[in-house]
Amino acid sequence: MSTPSRPSLTRRTVLRQAVVGGAVLAVPAQAAPLEVPRWTSEPGGPFQSYGQPSQWEASVSRSVALPYADIAPGIGTANTPLERLEGTITPNGLHFIRAHAGIPQVDPALHRLVIHGMVRQPLSFDAATLLNYPMVTRTCFIECAGNSYQHSLSQPRQMELGDVHGLFSTAQWTGVPLSVLLDEAGIDPRSNWLLVEGADAVALSRSLPVWKAVQDSFVALYQNGERLRPEQGYPMRLIVPGWQGNLHIKWLRRIKATDTPTHTRDETSRYSLLMPDGKAQEFPFAIPVKSLITRPSYGQVVPGPGQYWISGLAWSGGAPITRVEVSSDGGITWRVAQLDDVPKEYSPVRFRVSWAWNGNPATLMSRAVDASGAIQPSHKEWKKTFHPTNRFHCNAIQSWSVDSDGTIENVFV
Amino acid sequence: MGPSKMFSSKGIILIFMLCAVRMAWAAGTPVTEQDIAPWNLDIDPLGRGLPNGHGTANEGAIVYETHCKSCHGKGGKSGHADELVGGIGSLATPNAERTVGSFWPYATTLFDYVRRAMPWGHPSTLTTDQIYAVCAWILAENGIISRDSEMNAISLPQVNMPNKNGFYVRPGTRP
Repeated sequence: MSTPSRPSLTRRTVLRQAVVGGAVLAVPAQAAPLEVPRWTSEPGGPFQSYGQPSQWEASVSRSVALPYADIAPGIGTANTPLERLEGTITPNGLHFIRAHAGIPQVDPALHRLVIHGMVRQPLSFDAATLLNYPMVTRTCFIECAGNSYQHSLSQPRQMELGDVHGLFSTAQWTGVPLSVLLDEAGIDPRSNWLLVEGADAVALSRSLPVWKAVQDSFVALYQNGERLRPEQGYPMRLIVPGWQGNLHIKWLRRIKATDTPTHTRDETSRYSLLMPDGKAQEFPFAIPVKSLITRPSYGQVVPGPGQYWISGLAWSGGAPITRVEVSSDGGITWRVAQLDDVPKEYSPVRFRVSWAWNGNPATLMSRAVDASGAIQPSHKEWKKTFHPTNRFHCNAIQSWSVDSDGTIENVFV
Repeated sequence: MGPSKMFSSKGIILIFMLCAVRMAWAAGTPVTEQDIAPWNLDIDPLGRGLPNGHGTANEGAIVYETHCKSCHGKGGKSGHADELVGGIGSLATPNAERTVGSFWPYATTLFDYVRRAMPWGHPSTLTTDQIYAVCAWILAENGIISRDSEMNAISLPQVNMPNKNGFYVRPGTRP
């Protein structure tokens, strides 16, 4: 692990990073006479019509889990390798996937979005029509409500960060505000809810309050500047900034204005929060405040005592991040991390803090606070708040224990 | 006077409104509820949207055996897909079992979900009567209705689900 471009690091501590078989190793740069490599002495190859990552970055890939691969290969997840990425934007080919009935290949010429129910005039739109509509562009994270499943258990799992927390990605989304489309259809002022539905083979459906729909939700057509990927809902998906990923309906085909919520299967039996008393919170829409140290993390090795940069991500669906604190002593003392950018609503922020490691065992943790005053809870606090079997909205602090040999373990503090 | 003053926010909103009045981008195609009917699958707790039809648990046993059992297991338990039966009264215990019987607050959601998503890989292939019947079978297997109770558009919304009062919205949040 290293950040060679950081000016504050001395030459002695500048490290070179090599990725070998999934583990990030770091070795000191060696002083040797410079060679003129092949790529300088002869011309390079031809151009590709659609660029691909370097062949040396092949390990930067999603880990795909298909629990029912034999009978239902379309049910599962593909996790973003957060431990191998920097900044805040997720490249389109690495955006996480959660699908309940596979990834349909939707022909945009045949796809329709209909708006009906409590409206003056039911309307149908195709993608070509929406491309001529006024659009907004917004950088938003999407986090699956079931992200960090492995972290919600009672024992820590020794898995890479992305395998534990990688149902979280961020993109710059561009699309048509829902308010424009609802206005055109003439939504009845007595309609308080929308039933939003996808065109996949479970016609996944959720209820969305009208106030959020008109406040800042939109029908996205573009993802990081290009049209949506099929696995992200091509040709159109809903973006509901800051709210449960499951509400960001992919392959959006229908919006029905209703007076009451529909109480669909995915908002009762799923994506509700079971509490210790056996009651469940329904419609827990906003993603809670959360942060993760992405580097160093499990699977990486800290090569020896020295000066390092801890790097991570923080976000909240409730309000912009105001502060991220990092501890290297298991939560006894905390330091305020520097932020790469001014935190914006619904967009994650990259944080960094320098860390002088003396080679003794250390426990690295990060804790985020948002503008509503919400503070990321400890693992113990989070477990205590919910029923022991609850697996949703796990925003408990992630802790990494660094052993004296530099190996890293996932621990609960 | 700078450009920011020349175009006040009110002025910009006015320009947008004028554009809207001219319907510059209002290009949605009018459709009727009849056109949308094949997609209009949702059913709410009042039963709005339920089609005409009927079925009993006795009829549903065959549907379950043929279309559901291979994934959901014998008796709606211990398959590799979600458990449908059992766990009633377990939610407040450490071994909470969230099944249709123990957790789902509305029987209407069962019809909605079976019709839109089941059987796995072949959604919307069951007849309306088969859907009512298999819903009746799942409810009866949970002991919520009797085996000869007929489920239809009137009776299904009236089913008294054990966990119907088990959900709430967290105070202070705006759903």
